[in-house]
Amino acid sequence: MKAVRTYVAPVAVVVLLLGLWELAAQWDWIANALDIQDFLVPAPSDIATSLWEDRSLLLDDTWVTLREVLLGFLCALVAGLAFAVVLHLSDTLRRAFYPLLVATQTIPPVAIAPILVVWFGFGLGPKVLLIALVCFFPVTVNTLDGLRSVDPQLITMMRTLGANRRQILARIELPSALPFFFSGTKIAIAVAVIGAVFAEWAGASSGLGHQILIASSNLLTARMFAAITLLSVMAILLFALVSLVERRVVTWDSRGVTRT
Amino acid sequence: MLTRLREGTPAAASGARAEAGTPDSAGAPLAVDAAGHSFGELRAIERIDLQAGSGEVVGLVGPSGCGKTTLLELVAGLRQPDSGTVAIGGRTEPAARLERCAYMPQRDLLLPWLSALDNAALALRIAGASRQAARERAGEHFERLGLAGFERTRPGELSGGMRQRVAFLRTLMAGRPVLLLDEPFASLDAITRGEMQSWLAALLGPDKHTVLLVTHDVEEALYLSDRVLVLSSRPAVVADRIEIPSPREPDRPAAVTSSGFAELKGRALRSLAEAAG
Repeated sequence: MKAVRTYVAPVAVVVLLLGLWELAAQWDWIANALDIQDFLVPAPSDIATSLWEDRSLLLDDTWVTLREVLLGFLCALVAGLAFAVVLHLSDTLRRAFYPLLVATQTIPPVAIAPILVVWFGFGLGPKVLLIALVCFFPVTVNTLDGLRSVDPQLITMMRTLGANRRQILARIELPSALPFFFSGTKIAIAVAVIGAVFAEWAGASSGLGHQILIASSNLLTARMFAAITLLSVMAILLFALVSLVERRVVTWDSRGVTRT
Repeated sequence: MLTRLREGTPAAASGARAEAGTPDSAGAPLAVDAAGHSFGELRAIERIDLQAGSGEVVGLVGPSGCGKTTLLELVAGLRQPDSGTVAIGGRTEPAARLERCAYMPQRDLLLPWLSALDNAALALRIAGASRQAARERAGEHFERLGLAGFERTRPGELSGGMRQRVAFLRTLMAGRPVLLLDEPFASLDAITRGEMQSWLAALLGPDKHTVLLVTHDVEEALYLSDRVLVLSSRPAVVADRIEIPSPREPDRPAAVTSSGFAELKGRALRSLAEAAG
C-alpha cells in the first residue's frame, strides 16, 4: 500500500497525462482548438522520436549546458558560503551589504544576460557568471539565516567552556547552519538550469537553451520539447543529487539547536 | 606552521587544564558581597550576599524572573555587578571568574550532530585536546554517571534524564572549580527528576566542587544544598537564608519525608510566599 502511494500513484498520473496528450495530438484536438497547423503540436511519441533521432546533437548540447550549470552553481556555493560567513562575523558589513544582496535578486536574469554577453562575449564566462548570480542569493541568504539562528544560550555555554569566536563558528554555528545551507542549495540548483537557458538565449553557439531557439525558428516543435525534457530531467537529477548529499551529511534531527 | 600550532596546542592546553583542575578537582571559595545589577532602568538584583566554600552546594530559589539567572551570569563573569563585588578564589576580574566557572543551562543544549561521548568531551576539544584523547578522558566517567553503553548514541535517541546527565558530564569535563547549575532538572518529569536528584546527591557527596544550584523546586534545593537562599521578586534581595543540617542523605525518600525536612520546607515556602508578595 505504501509502495502504491510512493511510486505507483505519481507514475500513473504522468502516464495518464502523457496518454491524454498523445490522443489530443494524434486527433488534432489541440491544433484545431488553437487554429494552427497540426505538425506544430507534437505528440509525446514525436518527442520521443526526436530524442532518439537527434540524440548526438542533443547529447552534445546537454553536456554544454550541464557544464555551465555545474560551474556556475559551484562558484555560487563557494562564494555564497564565504560571503555568508563574512556577513555573519561583521555586523557592519552585514548592514552595508544586505540591501545590495537583495538588490541583485531583483534584477531579472533575462535583463542582465545580454549585458554580460556584450561585456564578456559568447564564451563560457558570461553563462557561468549569470548562473552563479542567480544561485548566489538563495545560498547566501539561507546560510546567513542558519548562522544567525543558533540559540544564544548555546553561545553562552560555549563561552563558559572557554571557546573563542573561531571555535564557536566551527563547532556550533557552521554545523547548525548546514540544514539551512542545503535548503538554499536546493533552490539554487533548480534556478541554475533556468539561468542557463536565459544565458544561452542571450548569445551562444551550443547548449540546450540555444537548441530551443534554433528549433523554434525552424518550427521543429518536437525537438524543442525534446530539449525542454532534457533540461527538466537535468534539473531533477541535480536536485536529487543535492538531496542525496544532504541526507548523507545532515544525519541528525536539526531541531533543538536553533531558536524556535 | 599549522602543524606546529596543532601539535603545540594540546600540550599547552592540558597544562593549563591541570592547573585549573580535573573533574575531581578541589573547588574554589565563592564570595558575593553586596552585589547589584541593573538592566538600564530595571533593577534586577539589589544587594546580594552569598558565600559558598569548597565542596558546598548553595541553592537559590525565588519567584520567576527574580534575577536568578542574572546572578549566575554575574558569578560566571559574563556580566559585571554595578555595585558590590563577586570573587572566586579571591579573584574579581571577569576573565578570571569565567575561567573558574562551568555553566549548565536548563535546556541540555547538546549538539545533535555529536555522539553522547563527543558532547561530553566538548570542553576538552575546545581546550585543544585531540579527538582521541578527549574521548578517552570523557569516556572514563560514563560508567560512574550511569551512561555506559551510550557513548556513541546521538542526543536525539537519549531519554531526558540521560541527556541531562551527558550535559552534566560536559559541564564537569570543563574542569572548573565552580559549577553553576541553572534549573538543571526543570525539563524532566517528576519521577525522573527525583532519580536525578538522588544521582546528583551521590555524585556531589565526595566531590569538592563549589556548586550554585538555581531551581524552582524548593524540595530539590533543600535536599541537594548545604544552604538555601530564598530570593525576593525583582529587585532580588536575600529574603531568607536556610542552613541544612544534613544535606544529600543517601536515602532520598526518607530524607525528604522526615519531620525536620518538612519543617525546613514549611519555612522556605512561607519565605517564598512573603518574598513574592
